Amino acid sequence: MTKSSKKDQPAGTKSPESELTCSKEQAQHYLRQMMHIRKFEDGMMDLMTKNIAQGGSHLYAGEEAVAVGAMAALQPDDYIASTHRGHGHCIAKGGKLNELMAEILGKATGCCRGKGGSLHLADVSTGNLGANGVVAGGLGIATGAGLSIKMRGDDKVVICFFGDGAMNEGIVHECMNMAAKWTLPVIYLVENNLYGMSVAIARSSRLEDHAKRAIAYDMPSSTVDGQDVLAVRDATATCVEHARSGKGPSLLIANTYRYYGHSRSDPRAYRTREEEAYWKDRDPIKLFSAHCTDIGLLSEKEIQALDAGTTEDIEQAIRFAIDSPLPDPSELCTDVYA
Amino acid sequence: MTTEQTKTPVNTSTDQDQRVLTYSQAINEALDQEMARDESVFVMGEDVAIYGGAYGVTRGLLDKYGEERIRDTGISEAAIVGAGIGAAITGMRPVVEIMYVDFMSLVMDQLCNQAAKLRYMFGGKTKVPLTIRTEGGAGRTLGAHHSQSLESWFMHIPGIKVVMPATPYDAKGLLLSSIRDDNTVVYIEHKMLYNSKGLVPEDDYTIPIGKADVKRPGKDVTVLSYSRQLLFCQEAAEELAGEGIDVEIVDLRTLLPLDVETIVESIRKTSRAVIVEEDTITGGAGAEIGMRIMEEAFDYLDAPVKRVAGADVPMPKSPVLEALAIPSKESIIEGIREVLP
Repeated sequence: MTKSSKKDQPAGTKSPESELTCSKEQAQHYLRQMMHIRKFEDGMMDLMTKNIAQGGSHLYAGEEAVAVGAMAALQPDDYIASTHRGHGHCIAKGGKLNELMAEILGKATGCCRGKGGSLHLADVSTGNLGANGVVAGGLGIATGAGLSIKMRGDDKVVICFFGDGAMNEGIVHECMNMAAKWTLPVIYLVENNLYGMSVAIARSSRLEDHAKRAIAYDMPSSTVDGQDVLAVRDATATCVEHARSGKGPSLLIANTYRYYGHSRSDPRAYRTREEEAYWKDRDPIKLFSAHCTDIGLLSEKEIQALDAGTTEDIEQAIRFAIDSPLPDPSELCTDVYA
Repeated sequence: MTTEQTKTPVNTSTDQDQRVLTYSQAINEALDQEMARDESVFVMGEDVAIYGGAYGVTRGLLDKYGEERIRDTGISEAAIVGAGIGAAITGMRPVVEIMYVDFMSLVMDQLCNQAAKLRYMFGGKTKVPLTIRTEGGAGRTLGAHHSQSLESWFMHIPGIKVVMPATPYDAKGLLLSSIRDDNTVVYIEHKMLYNSKGLVPEDDYTIPIGKADVKRPGKDVTVLSYSRQLLFCQEAAEELAGEGIDVEIVDLRTLLPLDVETIVESIRKTSRAVIVEEDTITGGAGAEIGMRIMEEAFDYLDAPVKRVAGADVPMPKSPVLEALAIPSKESIIEGIREVLP
């Protein structure tokens, strides 16, 4: 991490994966989580196509290494603030698959008792301060959580996830300035999936390298290959260490790609099929699986076992969600006020 | 020891109860006492520390509590409220100041979409004990961006509470209640009330949010009001008393939740209702209050409900036009006469 922003890494640059290491248990954990997220999202798409899941849902498939890598650098009681594309964050932060799936289907057994849904998915017990239906809606919350940590003298940090599209919201500037001025323990982690709904960065922003914006706040920044789970973990760990040691916030840009469109009604006319193929070739699960077998950390058989196990977990979550009861009508007006 | 009071003390028997403070001092004292009592309470906003607040309400608190708990911020309203929310859901009780209610337009996403809804969206698994102190109203010829009454915006947001005290006594007790409330409270002061005086006990006392107060009992007509307009209503009632017209004044004090019970009880007695509000009439607080009267007290009414409210205009600068844009003693008297037999 450099004080001024690094030269931007071209999207999809291959990172030096072989230099990064993890234990066998960690490798299994990361792969399991990434597979859970992918299958959760593929399952969601299937449920939406069959109209079992109603309403919108913004899917995280393709971006798994960012959530899993970032969360691998956190302690369980650290906080995160999530986004409208938040299923992956919830899963990686330790949310229960059954409750998450049930919540998206609006069921009584959901983690928010069916009142939040996909856009407001939050398992508060895992330190997740919530997904957000408003782009950049979590910036204030995360910054305030950082303030709270500092004032209470806690040892926690906050990761504030948001997308490249959110970078042009005014509150991003307000919050980064505030956090930098007050040296709050917040990691602003931009999941740069290249498009704010349909508008490419180059069409919306003068400065295409988001990391450079940190200069305005005298905040360290770095850019990481968001398809490489270990690279994300290590880059996040550097930011976490910076925050936890009282040095304040930092900005981390993870270059990544969402496989599905912005939402289910998106025909993806703004990007080429060649570009999509390029990124699918850089699939985070495929890359990490290959890395693990290359260095002999996991066998093909072990990876297959993870694949089968996670498929079963998601099938179970879908069954649980479908079979769960809808909320009782008496729930309508509860929880408005404490 | 906290006591809960619903009525302004009228007859006072001890020296302490005789103590007179301004509205501004009463708010300051509430902040001071609550910060001394509860370490999780802190104040942040523009100019609240060294300057002591644009209207001087937080003066002296910096010396007592230091920069950590009395925080000057940049001019970043959305971040002030946003950070307040984040701190509130992680264990603090922030009191943030938005210098003018007009600037609440800059925090509406934070207030409406975040503070008000987090608890519900998370199935009751969080709470947002945030107090947003702000200040509104006309009277200083500050023009259209520093003089508005925007309470009806906030009344339309389930999940928050809206408090608008008129007297120093209520200001202190309601602020203590607001800070201790586990929900987000928009606490709106009136710039023309800061120097108004009244009895304020030094004790720690709270006034329940959601309870109106009959400030003047009467039998001929119910006048429902809040904040600065309450004072105009009192002047109007004095004048009408000389003609033998007995006005009952109900100070709503809280607009969300609204104390419909006290409103209905008063109308049941008087059979006539006038709502006096400083905000612009269309879609204003009175529109909601009037409709609640139609739903809950129609059978008791002997005349249509009357609103005396602000004109549907941006607040003009000129003192002549500004005074015409909001209710006055005269327009209130006129309104009351309209509903009398």
